[in-house]
Amino acid sequence: MNQPLIQVDHLTMRFGGLVAVDDVSFAASHRQITAIIGPNGAGKTTVFNCITGFYRPTVGRLALHHDGREYLLERMAGHHIAGRARVARTFQNIRLFPGMSVLENLLVAQHNRLMLASGYTFLGIFGAASYRHAEARALDKARAWLDRIGLTPHADRQAGELPYGLQRRLEIARAMCTDPLLLCLDEPAAGLNPRESAELNQLLVSVRETERIGVLLIEHDMSVVMAISDHIIVLDYGRKIADGTPAQVRADPAVIRAYLGEVEEGEASHG
Amino acid sequence: MAIATADRARPHVSLDWPAALKDAGVTALLAAALGIFIVGFRTVDRGVAGLQFDYQVVDVVVACVVIFFGRLALTAAAGGQPVPALLIGAGLLAAAQGLKLPSDFLTVVTSLIGVALVLRGLWSWLRRSEAGARIVADASEQFGTVTRQAFPWLGAGLLAFAVVLPFLPFADQKVMDLGILILTYVMLGWGLNIVVGLAGLLDLGYVAFYAVGAYAYAILATQHGWSFWAALPAAGILAAMFGVLLGFPVLRLRGDYLAIVTLGFGEIVRIVLLNWVDLTEGPAGIGNIPSAQILGHPFTPNAPEGKTPFHEWLGLEFSANHRLIFLYFIILVLALITNAVTVRLRRLPIGRAWEALREDEVACQALGINPTNTKLTAFAMGAMFAGFAGTFFAAKQRFISPESFVFIESAIILSIVVLGGMGSQMGVVLAAILLIGLPEWFRDLGQYRMLAFGLAMVLIMVFKPKGLVAHRDPTIHLHPPNGRRP
Repeated sequence: MNQPLIQVDHLTMRFGGLVAVDDVSFAASHRQITAIIGPNGAGKTTVFNCITGFYRPTVGRLALHHDGREYLLERMAGHHIAGRARVARTFQNIRLFPGMSVLENLLVAQHNRLMLASGYTFLGIFGAASYRHAEARALDKARAWLDRIGLTPHADRQAGELPYGLQRRLEIARAMCTDPLLLCLDEPAAGLNPRESAELNQLLVSVRETERIGVLLIEHDMSVVMAISDHIIVLDYGRKIADGTPAQVRADPAVIRAYLGEVEEGEASHG
Repeated sequence: MAIATADRARPHVSLDWPAALKDAGVTALLAAALGIFIVGFRTVDRGVAGLQFDYQVVDVVVACVVIFFGRLALTAAAGGQPVPALLIGAGLLAAAQGLKLPSDFLTVVTSLIGVALVLRGLWSWLRRSEAGARIVADASEQFGTVTRQAFPWLGAGLLAFAVVLPFLPFADQKVMDLGILILTYVMLGWGLNIVVGLAGLLDLGYVAFYAVGAYAYAILATQHGWSFWAALPAAGILAAMFGVLLGFPVLRLRGDYLAIVTLGFGEIVRIVLLNWVDLTEGPAGIGNIPSAQILGHPFTPNAPEGKTPFHEWLGLEFSANHRLIFLYFIILVLALITNAVTVRLRRLPIGRAWEALREDEVACQALGINPTNTKLTAFAMGAMFAGFAGTFFAAKQRFISPESFVFIESAIILSIVVLGGMGSQMGVVLAAILLIGLPEWFRDLGQYRMLAFGLAMVLIMVFKPKGLVAHRDPTIHLHPPNGRRP
């Protein structure tokens, strides 16, 4: 196997006396969906917040590799992690720009490229052709994603007015509009009904197939995790207790004890 | 429509009269408790005896009686009993006209309350029957459609009016002064709209940048002989630099904390202006500031040697109004530039980033938007327009002192933005006309004119809690709205 997309080594995050994440190491690769699962409070979202720059880890090395370069995420400012290292994320409780239209949400995601094309506003304000072309390209990309998530008819509606399931998908499309190499999804299936979750599965699989990116996924919904993950990492009380393919993880006694214990019978039959 | 249906669902509500009387009594008591200090005492200067209290017990009693019946009538009307409301309203109107009330003010207010109650009674009487409810619903729907359709024309109409105003027959000095004042606040409102309305950064010290612009021009013009046109960009840039200067320390703050720090910054600037006597002449202020000239022609009856005054240059009779008209057009153009730039910026990546920052800063960061730069540009842009407006203010007043840049100015500009509807350009215009024009219009009311200001604010907040123009148009459409409505 060649070099992983992101290599997390000895990640530890302490809040005062509380150790939220304790010496967790794992790797995630291109064109794979890596799921992080674990009971509530296991430290999954904390791992995400460290990777995406919202927390600075107490200890650890988070190395993202692409084009032969190495980005050490633990040292970068939050917006550079998204802008330069190209790590995009969604949030457990959706964070769209609710007062702006669906289309605007997707254009804001392409801010850095458009900003450059508008000559940091100076060219844009005089309507330079280079900016107009860049904006047209940004619109094309937004349109393509709207088609893909089935939101084209709603493009001019306020994002906050959309039904919950559509907001979830819009947030994923917005993250994809930043051209990420690593997409971190924090519980994308939370609050979705079974049909919506199945559509989400399709979307994530198609993203993995067509976009050549790595996907990190936190999810409680085992029907999503077991169906689409290539690789599962199980956390419990901040520690990694298992790491492997869905089949390996499902058979792991530590996982069964810590996490799947109570729901084993039900899950195993259709998982 | 929902309200009408709810009313129809329970057509014969019997009013709980004892409770209504008790409620009206409590309201009257509250009014008495508040009013006794505000209306009940008046200090009068009795010469040798010094200041003494005058007791106005009758005023308070009359006011409380009016409030008691008014409240009763409102409760009755809200409970679906229009007849008592009509009777009480008519009674109050008759009492105000017939009896001799202790003051003119009470007479006016009581009559207005009477008229309002009669209208309220008619309204609830109309809605009691099903046909009436339908008429009301249809009328309000039609009114909504008409206003929505007329809205785009409102801007064009106001602009056309603003352009021709100086040439209308009634445009005397007073009207021109008021026009200039309103336009100055429109421009300040548009400038602050970038910071508060678009970027969502609550700035309570905006007047500081206005002061920087005004003092920059005053000092450059009186001590270094700069002309208005040369000083205008310089003052704008200086104010923008102050915006960045303020921006840096407050970048991490949000909401209330940001408001407090900006409030402090506004005061710091004012106090520095008061105390740095060498530069600003302190509380005495800077006078004899040269006014703006047109191509070097001053607006004076007699020009200094080597210059031709404006009226001779054009071969007109001298009129003091020329200067005002000229200033009026300067501020009109400056305000329109502010508007054009803001509208343009909103459609550029920076403007969308500002709005995104207002909506959700965390999400912005996750999309790779640098919140620091985005906030600083918003502060700088807003401050620059305040700097331009300040330069204009100094050139118009020809005298400035720290008195002109107190907190209440920031508060008024902020109210214009908030009452207009955050982020709405048209809302700022309407709110400025209402909040600045109204008190000036009602100057005849004397000490009660601020009441008009307060009343306007309360009414807007009750009926339009999101501001006069709460609607936001997207900056870009995938399906352009002409044709069918999305």
